[in-house]
Amino acid sequence: MILVWLILIPFIGGLLCWQAEHWGEKTPRWIALITMLFVLVISLWLWVTGDFTMPGEGSRHWILEWRAPWIPRFGIEIHLAMDGLSLILVALTGFLGALAVLCSWQEIAHRVGFFHLNLLFILGGVVGVFLALDLFLFFLFWEMMLVPMYFLIALWGHSGSQGQTRIRAATRFFIYTQASGLLMLVSIIALVFVHFSNTGELSFSYDTLRGTDIPEALAPWLMLGFFIAFAVKLPVVPFHGWLPDAHAQAPTAGSVDLAGILLKTAAYGILRFALPLFPEESQAFAPVAMTLGLVGIIYGAVLACGQQDIKRLIAYTSISHMGFVLIALYSGSELAIQGAIILMVAHAFSSAGLFILSGQLYERIHTRDMRIMGGLWGRIPILPGFTLCFVAASLGMPATANFVGEFMVLFGTFPSAPVVVVIASVGLVLAAIYSLLLMQRVHYGPEYRHGALAGPDLREYGMMLALLVLTLFVGLYPQPILDITTPIAGPAAELFQQAPTELADRAGEVN
Amino acid sequence: MLTLENLVALLPLIVVGTTAMVVMLGVAWQRHHGVTALLSAAGLILALACLPVASGTLSSPPLMVMDGLAIMGSVLVLLCALVTVALSHHYLTGYIGPREEFYLLLLCAVTGALGLVASDHLASLFISLELLSMPLYGMLAYSFRAERSLEAGIKYLILSAAATAFLLFGMALIYARTGRLDLAGLAAGLAASPDTWTLAGAVLMLVGLGFKLSIVPFHLWTPDVYQGGPAPATIFLATVSKLAVFILLIRLVITAPIFDSEWLHTLITLLAIITMLGGNLLALFQPNLKRLLGYSSIAHFGYLMVAVVVGGAMAVETTGVYLITYLVTTLAAFGVVTQVSSPFGGEDAAGLHHYRGLFWRRPWLAAVMTVSFLSLAGIPLTAGFIGKFYVIALGVADSQWWLVGGIVAGSAIGLFYYLRVMVTLYLPEPGMRRRDATNDWGSRVGGLTLMVVAVLILVIGVYPAPVIDWVVGLSGVS
Repeated sequence: MILVWLILIPFIGGLLCWQAEHWGEKTPRWIALITMLFVLVISLWLWVTGDFTMPGEGSRHWILEWRAPWIPRFGIEIHLAMDGLSLILVALTGFLGALAVLCSWQEIAHRVGFFHLNLLFILGGVVGVFLALDLFLFFLFWEMMLVPMYFLIALWGHSGSQGQTRIRAATRFFIYTQASGLLMLVSIIALVFVHFSNTGELSFSYDTLRGTDIPEALAPWLMLGFFIAFAVKLPVVPFHGWLPDAHAQAPTAGSVDLAGILLKTAAYGILRFALPLFPEESQAFAPVAMTLGLVGIIYGAVLACGQQDIKRLIAYTSISHMGFVLIALYSGSELAIQGAIILMVAHAFSSAGLFILSGQLYERIHTRDMRIMGGLWGRIPILPGFTLCFVAASLGMPATANFVGEFMVLFGTFPSAPVVVVIASVGLVLAAIYSLLLMQRVHYGPEYRHGALAGPDLREYGMMLALLVLTLFVGLYPQPILDITTPIAGPAAELFQQAPTELADRAGEVN
Repeated sequence: MLTLENLVALLPLIVVGTTAMVVMLGVAWQRHHGVTALLSAAGLILALACLPVASGTLSSPPLMVMDGLAIMGSVLVLLCALVTVALSHHYLTGYIGPREEFYLLLLCAVTGALGLVASDHLASLFISLELLSMPLYGMLAYSFRAERSLEAGIKYLILSAAATAFLLFGMALIYARTGRLDLAGLAAGLAASPDTWTLAGAVLMLVGLGFKLSIVPFHLWTPDVYQGGPAPATIFLATVSKLAVFILLIRLVITAPIFDSEWLHTLITLLAIITMLGGNLLALFQPNLKRLLGYSSIAHFGYLMVAVVVGGAMAVETTGVYLITYLVTTLAAFGVVTQVSSPFGGEDAAGLHHYRGLFWRRPWLAAVMTVSFLSLAGIPLTAGFIGKFYVIALGVADSQWWLVGGIVAGSAIGLFYYLRVMVTLYLPEPGMRRRDATNDWGSRVGGLTLMVVAVLILVIGVYPAPVIDWVVGLSGVS
């Protein structure tokens, strides 16, 4: 039942925020903050009390599970379950959700209640995505979180760079993700009907569908349906068109959610659904996926170097970082998959930090154009220092969480795909270039204007400090995360090792 | 011969017909708007109450059949008519001129629709279809002082007459080959391999019905008529008329074996795909909300044509569920247009600019509109998603990959204009004074009905099991 509450709390909180607007502007903010902290506390409590030891043979490794019939006609049920991976991501959602509320404390001045309604509905949808185990339910949450995100960008966004209105950016975001989502729906339904024609049982349950024997001609297409939906959200390069605009136009809270959690839903989806449902096809597809990941790493990094808008720059770095995650997920190595999970967490912290910092910068100098910044180190106290730390984290400096993640990804992938790793390492060099470019153009160099600006207040200082401490903590002591993700990463990696033997077996049968 | 049991089976039809007579006599005796509306609503509710009795008798009156499909159709027709009456009352209070006849026309059309969903014979089919269409001309041209309304009425009249001619010719061809007019006889007569004449007859009938459903090459009347007609008449056209005709079409498809022919299948598939894409593409940059909804309904019937292509018990179930989701959604969307345009004042507030910033003036009305547009777009947790899920499932189960591709592409295109309307509701409103709903809209019958419909969209979206069970129960009978 606690899983149901994890999803319901943000939704209830959102409705309360909307109505609480009548009691003053501060009330919705506090309600939203308390709601998200509540989610965070519950998930941390589960973390502390949960049992994450390796499961025995055959038994599933869910810490908590909850199921109830929903649409019996199609065998659809409300099936929620939590394991280490979903727990980490739910906790992350709670934490970044609270940060998103905090960082819009000053930025959002009108229609506060409705803003927080949308914000909390996104977060509720994301928690649902991380917990849903019924494919129908998963799809439902997957699509549902788009609507409030659309409103967040379209109504509270910035009308930013040349001719790109925020509504256009929001519409593009929505159409990209919704259309690819429909492909996934078609794949899900096709999978269910294949299973139905095999066994005569209609079911959308993850466990039931995992062993489905799909006709060989159909299977790659179904796998692609899932992959494209996730690839758009991750984003993988040919499907990334929505991301830079959406980030540039979104309010800070929107960017934090988008980079910090929404992108992670895609990596989670690949790890939870695309790989286990189609192990053989995924393995056959792995070289393509890795190549796409490589293209993403290089492309994102090169484009990031050429950006003028600070938020677009960070957006492109996300594409680059997610390329590493994609490579790791398809590497079939336990170490790399664990690295990908750590990199997801690390990227959530560092990109959230950079987005919040650029939001704070915008509040002070009212621009995100790096051509008219410069020399801010001397004008703003403390904030440039924090920027330096997060930039260092983003380029993968040792002692930060990003370093641990990238190192594990590259180290784990090397045995199976050395060439990929070598090329991916070039991305690290490029990461150093764009990160230092960002730092140089914004904070060092000649002062574009003169006069001191306000330093961070307690709220801003606290947010930055919390993010920084977490980045360093995970960077120096990643063991807690590794402990609870081992039960997930192991089987996920085994999928790839099993598949060839099965194939060989089948070939043997044929002979 | 007509027995008493037969009459009981026809009770809903008789009740609605009688109500129409009573309303007519009442209007002749003394005009009173409120009483007329109340009387019409009472008649419809009474007919609804008679339905369980009617379905209990297992007798089929001549030319008619009261099977599960007919009962499902009747319930939906009566409910939609009821909502239309509830919304019309407030709308018509502003109309200068006789208001009461609107209900009279509406009741006549409902009688036709009830006959249509139950007809089992080409003669009753034709008479019911005309009884449904004739009053619609009047309803569409009701505010005839407005040029557009008159235009809508006359356009619908002329094109509908042409479509009727097609339909009759098709019937005549089929009759010439089989010598039978009842559907069972037709099915038996056509069981032999179809020749060119019967195929031509089937295609011509399809053209006639396709016109009423605005399937793409026959859709040209739709936007003008939707735009010109007074809002309640448009609601009626978009819901009751289309619903009844579609149920008839699906009945034809599942009984007559002619529709199994390979060639006809390809033709219908093609029509379905161009309808989905055409409807959505035409709506893309449409600034008039009523026209936009017209195009959107074209697209939706394109999706629903998948059921016609596939056929079988699952198709009937899909039709039922999809129609229900389409109806609640359309009722809500047009309901908001009606509320904003009420009371009547010349032309309806259909321009998109009328709705700019509606959320900050009328949050609940805008919320209803948002929910209905999300449902039109097929976003989860609204009824529209359940409908879309059903259609895609039907297409996938039958391996109709072209149609599935069409649905996906159509939905993706459709999002663009649905989102455009939705975000308009939330934009900051300009300083100018716009058409607006009256302050007491929420406490009127129409407003309350609208809220119920909107809640229904969400309820069906979140917990569709009861609706599905109901439809499954009824579609099993047929």
